Amino acid sequence: MAEDNAGRIAERDGFIVTKGKNKKQLQCDTDSSAGCVSQRACVYCGARVVLNPITDAIHLVHGPIGCASYTWDIRGSLSSGAELYRNSFSTDLKEQDIIFGGAKRLNAAIDGLVEKYQAKLVFVYSTCIVGVIGDDLEAICTAASQKHNIEVIPVESSGFIGNKSAGYRAAGDALLRLIKPSEPIVKSNSINYLGDFNLAGEAWIIHNYLRQIGVELNVTFTGDSHYTALKSAPKAKLNIIQCAGSMLYLAGKMEELYQIPYIQISFLGIEDTAASLRKIAATLGEKSMIAKAEALIAKETARVEAIIKGYREKLQGKKAAIYVGGGFKAISLVKQFREIGIDVVMIGTQTGRKEEYETINNLVDDGTVILDDANPAELERFMMEKGAHLLVGGVKERPLAYKLGIAFIDHNHDRKHPLSGFEGAVNFAEEVYSTVCSPVWKSLSKSGIDRGVTNHG
Amino acid sequence: MLDCTPKEITERKSGGMINPAKTCQPIGAMYAALGIHKCLPHSHGSQGCCSYHRMHLTRHFRDPVMASTSCFTEGSSVFGGGANLKASIQNVFHIYKPDVMAIHTTCLTETIGDDVSSIIKTAEVAEGKLVIHANTPSYVGSHITGFSNMTKAMVSYIAESTLPVKKEQVNIIPGFVNPGDMREIKRLVKSMDIEYIMFPDTSGVVDSPMTGEFEMYPEGGTTVEQIKDTGNSQLTLALGRFASSDPADLLNKQCKVPAAVLKTPIGIKATDALLMTLRNSFAREIPKELEIERGQLVDIMTDTHFHFHGKTVAIFGDPDIVTGITEFVLSLGMIPVHVLTGTPGGSSNSAAGSFEDDINEMLTTAGITANVKSAGDLFTLHQWIKNQPVDLLIGNTYGKYIARAEDIPFMRVGFPILDRSVHSYLPIVGYQGAMRLIEMISNTLLDRADRDAKDEDFELVM
Repeated sequence: MAEDNAGRIAERDGFIVTKGKNKKQLQCDTDSSAGCVSQRACVYCGARVVLNPITDAIHLVHGPIGCASYTWDIRGSLSSGAELYRNSFSTDLKEQDIIFGGAKRLNAAIDGLVEKYQAKLVFVYSTCIVGVIGDDLEAICTAASQKHNIEVIPVESSGFIGNKSAGYRAAGDALLRLIKPSEPIVKSNSINYLGDFNLAGEAWIIHNYLRQIGVELNVTFTGDSHYTALKSAPKAKLNIIQCAGSMLYLAGKMEELYQIPYIQISFLGIEDTAASLRKIAATLGEKSMIAKAEALIAKETARVEAIIKGYREKLQGKKAAIYVGGGFKAISLVKQFREIGIDVVMIGTQTGRKEEYETINNLVDDGTVILDDANPAELERFMMEKGAHLLVGGVKERPLAYKLGIAFIDHNHDRKHPLSGFEGAVNFAEEVYSTVCSPVWKSLSKSGIDRGVTNHG
Repeated sequence: MLDCTPKEITERKSGGMINPAKTCQPIGAMYAALGIHKCLPHSHGSQGCCSYHRMHLTRHFRDPVMASTSCFTEGSSVFGGGANLKASIQNVFHIYKPDVMAIHTTCLTETIGDDVSSIIKTAEVAEGKLVIHANTPSYVGSHITGFSNMTKAMVSYIAESTLPVKKEQVNIIPGFVNPGDMREIKRLVKSMDIEYIMFPDTSGVVDSPMTGEFEMYPEGGTTVEQIKDTGNSQLTLALGRFASSDPADLLNKQCKVPAAVLKTPIGIKATDALLMTLRNSFAREIPKELEIERGQLVDIMTDTHFHFHGKTVAIFGDPDIVTGITEFVLSLGMIPVHVLTGTPGGSSNSAAGSFEDDINEMLTTAGITANVKSAGDLFTLHQWIKNQPVDLLIGNTYGKYIARAEDIPFMRVGFPILDRSVHSYLPIVGYQGAMRLIEMISNTLLDRADRDAKDEDFELVM
């Protein structure tokens, strides 16, 4: 393996480009190098985050305890009804099960849980080990379905069969089984909203907008959704997609199977929110809807722009670094940062796709570093080189940024307020302001107490 | 709203877990490995495991947690992970430059049968660098077992007896506790003027100071030289049987260092036991400052005993911590009525002893009958509480669902604590830790009394 003095591996070079400097194409959508400190997760994780917001389902993890334990209610997806999804169910496989197979234990677990919770829907997630010991999940789930007369759906999410994207696909397949109608479909005038997991109640904000412009919402995949609502999905006449990474596959399949066309939208930032509302109204083609959308945009933009202007004055000229899960979110964030006067100097994702990186490349300024599947050492290097004042990332990136004395906002599981829509744009600006302009950075001093005195000044 | 637990207790034939009170071995191994200076923990398996463990530890400690992964793909699972591991070893030393790489396995690599020790033997490891490993299948034991196994690996790979006569120094195996606890235990030993080696020691690693720079390997952690020298010590103190007794036993077998297994020093009795063992083994006087601390603790216990006396409490979490907390609340006159750990606890009457036996013995001495269970889950605990409510719940963050559903005051202790900060910096061990526990328990109870008081009963002085 070729090396240079900075302790980098040449293998990683293809995954990093600087806008305007490199002519080469960024590599992405491949496996990580063995031995790296990867920020990526696994197939099971991808499947779990997509399906878990279904509130009245039993989410049973077939495997040793860890997989269930680490995903117990970490997502922050809110519910307006059932809370069953917030429990952690696991078959808790033991050594004996690994040797003799886990089928017996899985059967018993399904029976026990169905009896206890009277649920109509069970997802059984396969973990790494189940893929290896070869329990016949399909057969067990089919038998359990018939026995209890409910839906027991296997999710083929063994961790090693790919990365998080493969998990999105596994979740998509499970959802396709769930929504398959037993009777002919009677189309309605409604739309499905895909790729919003109702983190901090974000789906509710969008529901409200859609209601205001006269769009009838059928079901959201999968934020605050439940068995009966999801069953009605094929009726819709249009799918709109927020999180493309997790939902493009499902949307494509729904178009093929149920003739539901889809459009990609984004409700992150004022610009994208307004454009998305216009796009939805235009696609549905009703004049009254277009007028209502314009009225809503005008009213909301006027309201929030006044607030955001105040923040922009304080934040103008600051520099941001982005490291998030998917490419679509990263694209919206670049625009959203511009709205508050901040330039993006580094941008990366865990699982961005080629087309998304092309869009990113067109969008950012010359000199911006673009990178795929980064590790902490790379994040540190480029944030310092580019003089970033702020990092947007997830759980593992937070303390890294703080240690460097860089402000941080969470755009993943740990966010505590909605970042979608016009309300979200205000929250975003407020959060960026509260961290970038926090007095806490004044206490930072490399040489300790001595220099601290001047810093506080 | 969040209450999905039925009150009626029926037999559970499935053996599955509902709301686990434990997690898997590898995260414990990763945490232990962080306690070696300049060590990069390495997860041999799929990316997800490593990511989850880093995420969970990050949330608990709120500090960067570094670990690499073998990044398994389908091919590695079919043909074995040897090639991935060898590439990992090469890449890790090249890119991240640790002194030690501590590999732990996952359920996947255990099941496909990767022979990690032979892979390490045939891998190229640069002079002066070290690779150690622990087998940590997730389907055996819990995160506590994983912590114990990685600590055992430190002994088996590194510890050596090199001197004809043992040194006057003590090895301390602190168990799965916070860095704040490790600091406090070290302070106690130091104040008795005894040479010591603590391993693993995560203080300075996951509670490192902010300097404006990101250190991949912060200053803390036990050095390889120190771990090596544990074989020359006169005595090993294994604090907490579940996390610490196995590595101490191994050190005795390997290097003839006798071991004393003590409780995690939570509360006055267990702290007394630690200091008395040190005094007796090293012929040292207990310094005045510790006598004063103990006196202050007793004073506080006296001042506040009426707040606690007769209050019922449910305790859950890791076995060594739960054992310590149970003993301490008994000394305050509280009545533990439900005591549970998720970690499997050794069978009753086994040579290693059992969690249930230990707890029952303490309770019997105090004349208390209670629900006691190892390898349990929070569903069981919740059902117990529904049938026999308590005045206080003590455990990790996951207890908040039960506390809310049953409207019980709740005190957070143990691992993981995901929804509060600072806890990992401040000790619950030693006399000072006991003072802090009293403050936490009484504040929790008294805040609740204030909240529930009618206007006419609302008092200034409590």
